[in-house]
Amino acid sequence: MAQRIEEERSGRKQAPVIEPGHTFGSVTDQISSIVLNRPTSTGWFIGFGFFFMLTMMLLYALAYLFLKGTGIWGVNIPVGWGFAIVNFVWWIGIGHAGTLISAILLLLRQSWRNSINRFAEAMTLFAVASAGIFPLIHTGRPWLAYWLFPYPNTMRVWPQFRSPLVWDVFAVSTYFTISLLFWFIGLIPDLATLRDRSENPFAKIIYGILAMGWRGSARHWHRYETSYLLLAGLATPLVLSVHTVVSFDFAVSIVPGWHTTIFPPYFVAGAIYSGFAMVLMLAIPIRKIYNLEDFITERHLENSAKVMLATGLIVAYGYVMEAFLGWYGGSKYDAFLLWNRLHGPYAFFYIMLWVCNIIVPQVLWIRKLRTTPAALFLISGVVLVGMWLERFIIVVVSLQRDFLNSSFGMYYPTRWDWMTYIGTIGMFLAAMFLFVRILPMISIFEMRTLLPEAEVKE
Amino acid sequence: MSQLPIYGMMAEFDTPQRLMDAAHHTSAAGYRKIDAYSPFPIEGLAEAIGFESNAVPLVVLIAGIVGGVTGYVMQYWMAAVSYPLNISGKPYHSWPSFIIVTFEMTILFAGVAAVLGMLALNGLPMPYHPVFNVPRFAFASKDRFFLIVFASDPKYDASSTRNFLETLDPRAVMEVPS
Repeated sequence: MAQRIEEERSGRKQAPVIEPGHTFGSVTDQISSIVLNRPTSTGWFIGFGFFFMLTMMLLYALAYLFLKGTGIWGVNIPVGWGFAIVNFVWWIGIGHAGTLISAILLLLRQSWRNSINRFAEAMTLFAVASAGIFPLIHTGRPWLAYWLFPYPNTMRVWPQFRSPLVWDVFAVSTYFTISLLFWFIGLIPDLATLRDRSENPFAKIIYGILAMGWRGSARHWHRYETSYLLLAGLATPLVLSVHTVVSFDFAVSIVPGWHTTIFPPYFVAGAIYSGFAMVLMLAIPIRKIYNLEDFITERHLENSAKVMLATGLIVAYGYVMEAFLGWYGGSKYDAFLLWNRLHGPYAFFYIMLWVCNIIVPQVLWIRKLRTTPAALFLISGVVLVGMWLERFIIVVVSLQRDFLNSSFGMYYPTRWDWMTYIGTIGMFLAAMFLFVRILPMISIFEMRTLLPEAEVKE
Repeated sequence: MSQLPIYGMMAEFDTPQRLMDAAHHTSAAGYRKIDAYSPFPIEGLAEAIGFESNAVPLVVLIAGIVGGVTGYVMQYWMAAVSYPLNISGKPYHSWPSFIIVTFEMTILFAGVAAVLGMLALNGLPMPYHPVFNVPRFAFASKDRFFLIVFASDPKYDASSTRNFLETLDPRAVMEVPS
């Protein structure tokens, strides 16, 4: 209905959410056969093998870090927060799009989300797992990380709850737990489908255990839908709170460039911006390789591009306001920070940040580009680079020239910084490869509900 | 086959609409212990088979309140009672700083309860269930719709129930061994 009104208003036909001609059976077969019947291709092995090697590189970098300590990184005084925090914020931001798609768009009854929510949620999980590594190793003594949690101990001390860093522990661990539950609860009916379809006895047992005896009873579905909806309602404020709390790590301090009230909304918008860029970078190759153009249609690409455009403009507002207040606010430290961003040693990255996040994505106003997968893929890549630069500028440039000239310094990442960062990208993509191979990457039961046959009169 | 105890009588349907109509007819005919199985949630089907008490929201509400209270009391006790620590001159009971952890604990408890509560009320995980004894039931997770009258229903009678289900335009009617 909403689609029809939209079409009449704009005078053009929107691409459908699911291509016509599908039945309950064909949807089930096409998605489940990717996991059950399709032979594992050489390309999959090459891709997985390559990213698995990068994961091994991550483990190597971590092992050396634990042996030597954080001195192998480029961090020092004045820049005590380097790559670890930049990458933490970048990864956790990417995760946000998955929760936005699965929870917020569910509450807003955006049925197009049904074909991309599953792998977006998987993306969230792997991104949050990658993010979680960084604060852990940044503590310097990661084997004592459990000190962050309130547990009765012989020292009889407790975490300091007035610190945003402790809030972060609670926010991120809650976010990971809820994302995992949300993803798993969505998988249960599809695991039952795989259990019933699978011909491999071993796979049948594994899927059977995971499906927990799901049989699709109307009573079960009723409670299931209530539970799913409540989880979506809980995850919506949660996802907005997580990046807000991450921004508090900065905003609660008094460092120029960090101490600003605009941080929470601008961090959340930036998170969703980079998350949708990652969703597109994953969805575009996946729909091509696995012939899923019927389910992930032009409509999905276009809508994701629109979300990117909107959140990108919010981010642009944040940048403009930061610069404006640096000039207008009257604080000489803020004014110096602005000058340092524009003319200091990292000026090139600040300019590139504007180019990548604000200027280049404006081409998404052109409808032709929003529906061209190759162009979207490239723009998304540019946005991901831009959002990484944003965090680099926020973390490094704010610290690099302290209040006193005597504590001016530079930050240069070492090869261990790079190995850790690239290693987490490898881990993230290796996990995505495993995911598309062993679990249905599109929610089968939610796709069935999109078919016209699923409509029932009482 | 007929020596085995019988769990119920099951009818298979092609479309969700047929299942919905059949569920209405079956409960109108006086059957009370019935259930319907479908590969996706169908709005109104649970009501049609006489399901009313959905306790999931209550479980989530209680868990959320418990989580929030736990979170706040924990912080108050730790920061103001067990080990008072002066942090930049702030009061020991600096409540604005405690809001975030309170909020996260509310969400955590409520979210975990939403999942575990749903599974527990549904009786899952359930390693064995008689409906899976029907080979055709494998299609309940694909594109077929099933209605069952349990043998424990007071009106259940092997032949009359079968005859009744046959009138609902099913693809097939099967007996479910338990």
